[in-house]
Amino acid sequence: METWNYIEYAAWGLSALFGLLMVMDWIKTDSTYSEEVLTSSREGELEAMTEDSHKG
Amino acid sequence: MAQTDITSSERDGMGPHGTKVGLLRVLGPAHVWALGVGIVLVGEYMGWNFAVGKGGAYAALMACWFAGILYSCVAMIDSEVTSTVAAAGGQYTQAKHIVGPLMAFNVGLYLVFAYTMLEAANAITAGYLVSVVATMTGYGGALDQRPFIILVIMFLAWLNYRGVLATLTFNLVITAIAFTAIIVLFLSTSGIIGDGIMQHAALFEGHEKPYGWIGVVAAMHFGLWFYLGIEGTTQAAEEVRSPARALPFGTLAGIMTLLIAATLTWYICSGVLPWEFLGDGVNGSVAPLFDTARLSGSNALIWFLGIGTLFATLASANGCINDASRAWFALGRDKYLPAWFGAVHPQYRTPYRSIVFLVPIALIFALGAPLDQVITFSILSGLLGYTFMPLNILMFRKKWPMGTIKRGYEHPFHPVPAIVLLCLCAFTFFAVFLGYGTQLVAMIGFYIIVSLWFHFWRYRFVNRGAQFTMPWPKPQGY
Repeated sequence: METWNYIEYAAWGLSALFGLLMVMDWIKTDSTYSEEVLTSSREGELEAMTEDSHKG
Repeated sequence: MAQTDITSSERDGMGPHGTKVGLLRVLGPAHVWALGVGIVLVGEYMGWNFAVGKGGAYAALMACWFAGILYSCVAMIDSEVTSTVAAAGGQYTQAKHIVGPLMAFNVGLYLVFAYTMLEAANAITAGYLVSVVATMTGYGGALDQRPFIILVIMFLAWLNYRGVLATLTFNLVITAIAFTAIIVLFLSTSGIIGDGIMQHAALFEGHEKPYGWIGVVAAMHFGLWFYLGIEGTTQAAEEVRSPARALPFGTLAGIMTLLIAATLTWYICSGVLPWEFLGDGVNGSVAPLFDTARLSGSNALIWFLGIGTLFATLASANGCINDASRAWFALGRDKYLPAWFGAVHPQYRTPYRSIVFLVPIALIFALGAPLDQVITFSILSGLLGYTFMPLNILMFRKKWPMGTIKRGYEHPFHPVPAIVLLCLCAFTFFAVFLGYGTQLVAMIGFYIIVSLWFHFWRYRFVNRGAQFTMPWPKPQGY
C-alpha cells in the first residue's frame, strides 16, 4: 500500500471525526438548554439597545 | 445617536427584546474583507478563463472590467444599505424591511443556494487539487477524491460551528497568502523582478476577437467569476463590533482588492498561455495562475501558487458556509422557515443548527452533481440577487430619503450605480441565456413554485409584527 492510500484513509477518518464532534455537541446542547433559550435571538437588538440608552 | 458598548460583558449580544443567546459581536473590518475577498479569490485562480474560450483574451478583459463596474455598483449599494440594516441575513433582511416579505423569502433562498452551490464547487475543486498533488508526487493509481471533498466540507463546517472569530481569522490568513501569491507571480513574470516571460503581442496576433462581438457578449457570463460573492460581506452584519464602520470599509476595500487581483490575473495568464489552452478550463488550463507558474520554471513559484490555489479554494468554501448558514438562520428566526433553525449555540454563539443542516445538502451537490452545473446554478442565484439590489436601493432612497435615517455610508451619484447595475444584469442574463438557457428557465420556474408555497402556505406562520425591527421613521408616502 502506498502513502496516498493511507492519506485517503486518514481523510475518511478525519471527516467522520469532525462530523461526530458536531453531532455529539449538537445533541448535548439541545438536551442541556431549553428551546426557549436557544431560539431567543432577536434581530435588531443592537438598534434596540441604542434606542434604549438614547431614551435613558 | 447615543453610544452603547455592545462588547461589554453585561450586554454582549443581548438586549431588551428578550435575547438570552445571540450571535457574538467580535469581528472587525479585516474580517469583513477576509469574508468577501475569501469567497471570491478562487475565481481568479480558476473559472474566469472560460471567458477566454467564449471570445478570446480581449473579450475576457472586457468582461473583467464590465463585471468590475457591475460589482463596484453592488459593493457601493450594499455598503449603504447594510450599514443601516445591520442584521444577519444581509440582503434578505434588507429586502424584508425595504421591499416586502415575498421578495425577502426569495432573496434569502438566492443567498442560500448561491453559497451552498459555491461551497460544493469549491469542495470538488479541492478534491481535484489533492489528486493533482498526488500525481505530481509520483502516485501511479487513481486517487479517490471523495474523502478529500468530504473532509473539506466537514472540517470547515466544524470550524464554523466552533465560532466566528476563529473561522474568519483563518480566512484572513489564507486569503492574504493567496492574494500575495498573485502579486509575487506578477512581479516575477512581468520583468519587474528578473527576466519577464510575457508574450502578449505574439500571443494576441490574429486572435484579437476570434468569435467577433457575440463572443464578447458570451464572455460576460464568466466575467462574473472574477468577483462573484463580494456581496457576502453583509452576512457578517450582526457579528461585527461596529457595523456602520466595518461593513462599508471591509466591503469597499474588498472590491478594490479584487479589481487589482482580476486585472493582474488576466495580464499574467494571457501573456503566457495561448488563448486556445487558456480558454479550455476542462481539457486545457484548469488552474491558469498555477499553469503560468509552472511555465516560469521556478519551483518556488510553483509551490507558492499551488498553495495559493488550495488556500483560495478553502477560503471560498469557508466563507460560503458562514454566509449560507447566516441567511438560513435569519429565515428561521423570522419563521419564514421553521423557527428551529433560528437557534444560537449558547457557548460558541453560532447558528449551529443551520450550519449542521446545510452540511448534507452541500455533500449531495459536491458528490452527486457535475461541477459546471453546480457553478451555473450558483451564478444564476447570484445574478437574481444582483437584479434585486438596484430595485432595493431605489426604493430605500425613495422611502427613506437622505437625512431621515442615519446611514453608515452614503454611496455617490445615486441613481447612476443602480441604473448601471440594472442594465448590466439584463445584459448578463442575455449572455447566460446564450449558454445555459434551459438552466435559467428551470431556475426561475423553481423560484416561482417556492414563492407560491410561501405566499399560500408558509406566510401564515410568520409573526408579521415582529419581523420589522429597525427603529426607523415611517416611510415617505405611508
